[in-house]
Amino acid sequence: MEKTVNHKAWFLVLPVLVLVAFSAVIPLMTVVNYSVQDTFGNNQFFWAGVEWFDEMLHSKRLWDALGRQLIFSAVILAIEIPLGIFIALNMPKRGFWASFCLILMALPLLIPWNVVGTIWQIFARVDIGLLGATLHALGISYNYTQDAVAAWATVIVMDVWHWTSLVALLAYAGLQSIPDAYYQAAKIDQASRWSVFRYIELPKMQGVLMIAILLRFMDSFMIYTEPFVVTGGGPGNSTTFLSIDLVKMALGQFDLGPAAAFSIMYFLVILLISWVFYTVMTNLDKRQGF
Amino acid sequence: MGAATMTASTPARSRSAARVGINSRAVVMAVYLIFLLLPIYWLLNMSLKTNTEILSTFSLWPQSPTLANYATILTDPSWYMGYVNSLIYVVMNTVISITVALPAAYAFSRYTFLGDKHLFFWLLTNRMAPPAVFALPFFQLYSSVGLFDTHIAVALAHCLFNVPLAVWILEGFMRGVPKEIDETAYIDGYSFGRFFVKIFMPLIASGIGVAAFFCFMFSWVELLLSRTLTSVNAKPIAATMTRTVSASGMDWGVLAAAGVLTIIPGALVIYFVRNYIAKGFALGRV
Repeated sequence: MEKTVNHKAWFLVLPVLVLVAFSAVIPLMTVVNYSVQDTFGNNQFFWAGVEWFDEMLHSKRLWDALGRQLIFSAVILAIEIPLGIFIALNMPKRGFWASFCLILMALPLLIPWNVVGTIWQIFARVDIGLLGATLHALGISYNYTQDAVAAWATVIVMDVWHWTSLVALLAYAGLQSIPDAYYQAAKIDQASRWSVFRYIELPKMQGVLMIAILLRFMDSFMIYTEPFVVTGGGPGNSTTFLSIDLVKMALGQFDLGPAAAFSIMYFLVILLISWVFYTVMTNLDKRQGF
Repeated sequence: MGAATMTASTPARSRSAARVGINSRAVVMAVYLIFLLLPIYWLLNMSLKTNTEILSTFSLWPQSPTLANYATILTDPSWYMGYVNSLIYVVMNTVISITVALPAAYAFSRYTFLGDKHLFFWLLTNRMAPPAVFALPFFQLYSSVGLFDTHIAVALAHCLFNVPLAVWILEGFMRGVPKEIDETAYIDGYSFGRFFVKIFMPLIASGIGVAAFFCFMFSWVELLLSRTLTSVNAKPIAATMTRTVSASGMDWGVLAAAGVLTIIPGALVIYFVRNYIAKGFALGRV
């Protein structure tokens, strides 16, 4: 659609701008402020320059947390995106069963995140949880509070449980927008199931899949509540992801300077990766003429 | 679990006999839905047991079902007020987000103006901002303006990620409405305000429904900010739940019952918007 040039449109955007400026720019400036200053208490601040940034860049703790975070996000995307597409392909197209599946699948999305943590904390416990007890009965040693591998497996399965439905719902929406004529044409051409997927369904889902990847990347990169409830970042530091580490530093130890420097770098990393996704996405949009 | 079903059912599907296809689909969906529901069932199971039964016996269903855990929560104001507080700020946030996002989304979908693309991406960056980064500054900001421990503070804080999302979703829906409709309405003598409320908003009703659903969802499930910004008067249920850890150990039954009760509002919202979701997901870009 052709858009008219109208600079007065700024007035329509103004309420959003004021609101977001209040709730984003002011706090962000506070963070920037802390990141370049040092304090000895009593609200007396001294200019510290890039000292904190320097300290954080050489901190093994930060790099370890970043490494764990990147592995976590990569594993999450690698499981949830294909599984979500697969589920969407198997969903009923319309009628009672379609809404039945939609409602049940949307359920995990609307459970408060700490309750998701609680659910899995209970479900995976060896003494009172179904999953933990079953694995224990099968003779598999499994204890997510002491064993790093078990803790990782629990956190990943929990995230798959929690978020695969979002990917599936988005992919399902993409599939719904494909006209029946496409499938009929494919049938006449005797296209195989794979080529129908590869040449009709996948291209049509491209737009929504990019949104799904973007959302899942951003949210998994900032994950805090669920692993915090289940493992508390442990055993040791094995499931301490970036947000958990940051909250520990800022609200637990009150190391404002380093925490602020950490925050800014954390935000910049997300921003950079998301910008790449966003650019790719808008270019795709243009090519397809959405 | 997912990987196993994937390898098991793909060969059956590629044989493409219609009946086999339908059956394998049903099997895949059944397995997935059971995977989704099993942990929730277990929570429900726990909530109907007494704490002694939970710790002493292991059973797939409650041996002597009791509603005592729910009674504990529903008769104690410090418990049930958590639900009320959560619902108040979630509704406030949804209303604020949609109200400010509507005109902005209209502007982005209809006009080109100075810096529009940068502004749009800048808005999106706020959706990408980790709440952990904002927890401490928010605490200081809202304390200094005297809003700490009020519902509006949490509602405003959640606007940080809900407003950009609402703008993004609504813009997608509005782009689907032909521009001729606007022009015809202006020729017919409608003012911008009247056209927007009377004609345009009904046209994108399902978009508003979807955006409201997402705002409700992300505000309802968020814990970090809402916990940081409240202490007593506006404390959300999610934060209240940490109370069950006491010196005498965990009260698993009450914790489970509180968890079950937090699922109910979400389930109700899904039930009411289920048709919008199916349609809305398909029409818009989200």
